[in-house]
Amino acid sequence: MKQKKENIADDKLVIAGHEFNSRFILGSGKFSLDLIKAAIETAGAEIITLALRRANTKTEYNILDFIPKNVTLLPNTSGARTAEEAVRIARLSRELGCGDFVKIEVINDSKYLLPNNYETVKATEILAKEGFVVMPYMYPDINIARDLVNAGAATIMPLAAPIGSNLGLLTKHFIKIIIDEIKLPVIVDAGIGSPAQACEIMQEGAAAVMINTAIATANDIKEMAEAFKLAIQAGRKAYLAGLGRVLNFKAEASSPLIDFLED
Amino acid sequence: MKVNGKNITLTKSIILNDFLKKNDYNINRIVIELNGEIISKDKYNTVNLKDTDVMEVLSFVGGG
Repeated sequence: MKQKKENIADDKLVIAGHEFNSRFILGSGKFSLDLIKAAIETAGAEIITLALRRANTKTEYNILDFIPKNVTLLPNTSGARTAEEAVRIARLSRELGCGDFVKIEVINDSKYLLPNNYETVKATEILAKEGFVVMPYMYPDINIARDLVNAGAATIMPLAAPIGSNLGLLTKHFIKIIIDEIKLPVIVDAGIGSPAQACEIMQEGAAAVMINTAIATANDIKEMAEAFKLAIQAGRKAYLAGLGRVLNFKAEASSPLIDFLED
Repeated sequence: MKVNGKNITLTKSIILNDFLKKNDYNINRIVIELNGEIISKDKYNTVNLKDTDVMEVLSFVGGG
């Protein structure tokens, strides 16, 4: 596996010139408001995704009231079925005054929720030209990844498994191809179901992971958020440290082969 | 007019800001799209709503 040269002493996640200490992006869906703040703080997440929906006058609180001030907001374009709809949602989200980051999510398959890669490229091109920091959610296809780079994406966000499934790294090999070939941060988003899976893909060189359902459906949300935080840190450290070689067809003794105690 | 997909009867035109206040919207947490155009907050006190308008009032919620 090709390892990119990294400066271990100053290892920050850099997205379009913005620096982050945490490589843990937290989705805010499926949480009750009283738990979201605890989850964010325990996770140490510095980027949180949000969705844009019709406002409900009856609700007293808004999710923004529960997100710490230093956290970067990452609105998604969920609900968009075409590039045009994604662009509309992105512009509306930016008008709310929460920065230029946008996660492009274009889905017209309501059963498997797999993203439409072509519409995603189209939306990326339009929004990148308008100065958005575009983070496109995509089905891992190296050709589409290259198109997204050319379209001005700030990161590539390949899915591991269907949204909400907790199935884990089903697309691991194809994510690795993207990590090896693309210079932009590769952030694995959707389907990761356990801290071990998050650790594993970080170990392979992912720049960050996004987790939502795996924490929201855990028995203890706060504890699971912390487990993921530690796993992501461990995976990153292992990647930077450089994994040892694998021997496929023989063993190699770990203890000396001389000076045995024998008659 | 239509607000968030629902039909509402406007007996007379009303300033957008007044409409939002009257309907308990938190102005700091919403964005407005009126007839397909995003309305910036500095225009809330000058835009007049009429019965043929189609408006979307949107805000952030939890999402993945």
